[in-house]
Amino acid sequence: MSFIELQNVYKIYKNGVTAIADADLKIKKGDFVFVIGHTACGKSTLIKMLYREEKPTKGNVFVGGINVAKLKNSKVYKLRRKIGIVFQDYKLLPKMTAYENVAFVLESYGYKATEIKPKVIEALARVGLKEKLRSFPDEMSGGEQQRVCIARAIVNKPKVLVCDEPTGNLDPETSKEIMKVIEDINKEMGTTIIMATHDKDIVNRMKKRVVVIENGCIVGDYEKGSYKVDEAH
Amino acid sequence: MKPIRILGRSISSAFKSVVRNFSLSVASISCIIITLIIVSFAILLSVNVNNFTKSIESDLTIVVFAKEGTVKENVDTLKKEIDSIPNVVDIEYKSKEDLKNEMKRENETYKNIIDKWGDEVNPLPDSFIITVEKIEDIKETASTIQNLEHVDAVRYGEGVVENLVDVFGIIRNITIVAVIALIFVTAFLISNTIKITIYSRKNEIDIMRLVGTSNTVIRLPFLFEGLFLGVIGSIIPVLCTIYGYVLLYDKMGGVLFTDIMPLISPYNFVFKVSGVLIIIGALVGMYGSYKSVRKYLKI
Ligand SMILES: Nc1ncnc2c1ncn2[C@@H]1O[C@H](COP(=O)(O)OP(=O)(O)OP(=O)(O)O)[C@@H](O)[C@H]1O
Ligand SMILES: [Mg+2]
Repeated sequence: MSFIELQNVYKIYKNGVTAIADADLKIKKGDFVFVIGHTACGKSTLIKMLYREEKPTKGNVFVGGINVAKLKNSKVYKLRRKIGIVFQDYKLLPKMTAYENVAFVLESYGYKATEIKPKVIEALARVGLKEKLRSFPDEMSGGEQQRVCIARAIVNKPKVLVCDEPTGNLDPETSKEIMKVIEDINKEMGTTIIMATHDKDIVNRMKKRVVVIENGCIVGDYEKGSYKVDEAH
Repeated sequence: MKPIRILGRSISSAFKSVVRNFSLSVASISCIIITLIIVSFAILLSVNVNNFTKSIESDLTIVVFAKEGTVKENVDTLKKEIDSIPNVVDIEYKSKEDLKNEMKRENETYKNIIDKWGDEVNPLPDSFIITVEKIEDIKETASTIQNLEHVDAVRYGEGVVENLVDVFGIIRNITIVAVIALIFVTAFLISNTIKITIYSRKNEIDIMRLVGTSNTVIRLPFLFEGLFLGVIGSIIPVLCTIYGYVLLYDKMGGVLFTDIMPLISPYNFVFKVSGVLIIIGALVGMYGSYKSVRKYLKI
């Protein structure tokens, strides 16, 4: 079994919308995969099923050997400790500094204060925020806030990082910088990356594996660099 | 070590939350204070009423006078007959000589009169003093004794005593009901406070869930918060109980209006009541927050 594997997965929301239909997907450890498609095609739904924010209606979702579809609510936290999540809207706590926003994750796991400090500094250094430890979110730019979000996602050294439009709120220049950070994490830490995005430039330029979704179905799966933007549009 | 660290962090987070939501905390602490003061009053009252009842009951005896001129053998038979009544726990025989001596000792006037009778004359009757087991049945027991041979008269605190005991029983039941009702009101208020803190920290809780914080760790601070509110709210009622009761006891000279209602002595008693108040505060606080956590923190 692959590191991440979807088998015959369906997601039908309570209102009757079929967001994902018959999805099969295998992702190896250390892969970098873009998930693209028009708005409302089901990208976020697919991503959310990986960290069990949504439960598949049918089928199996495996992440690092855990069957996410069968996971009990009370055990979801174990899965999430293995997955880093990067959000479009960063989801930082406004009353905490950059340092505290990252540290509180490890605190909530019950780590020792002396263990926490070096890990947090390392994570913030990796995203290039070593100088901004004491800044609050409202004192930082969008790009900096996204870096804090990424630092928080990687501080526990997860095997996989899932990103739902991490550059959705950023200008092209800042987006490039953020993508550089994510690519470095993939290369240097060996973290598997799954990223949903709208940004054609990024997808074309970075030449990674691309999964195309249309109306909830996986309609294309292109190996590294073989995807060209006009094929899907 | 890890559980201890998690516990420590939960406690400090709960404490911060109490301070941060100051006005809300003050509101629920005030409610707890009022409730616990009433609870304290109810406990003090009902325990004392219990004590009055017991003290009256233990003092309550039936006095039986034998007919004048009953011979010694018949007095002995009468004693056996009374003793065999199931509700009778103790019977004390007082001969007419005992009674005569007792009255002589009681005061000068009696002594002068009795001395005039001389040694041979004694118009007083032989008597028995009887303690009963069940005070409710005292009337029945008295009439059984009245029907025995050689009995002249039977006396006990007819009416008054029974009524007093009934009234005490009613007071006790009312306070118990009031205490239970108040405890529920307080639990509801606390659960409401915790609900609001949960909502005010919804953002934080959502993020904690996403980054893999366990449910226990998410819930603990709220449980501690309820516990804190309860314990903090019990401080003033405890002080009121200790100082108030000691003052009352001293001012009233250890009884409530009359000697038949002796107050329980404050030492130890007030500390026990205080302990109960703190425990009630803590339990009600935790129960209130537990309810909210169950309802609004479905994870
Ligand atoms: N919680 C929900 N309840 C009901 N329907 C939902 C829910 N979330 C998403 N949907 C529906 O499922 C479909 C897929 O939504 P999804 O958010 O996965 O799309 P998306 O590809 O991420 O879109 P976008 O690119 O705009 O972010 C849409 O039709 C959406 O309306
Ligand atoms: Mg989306």
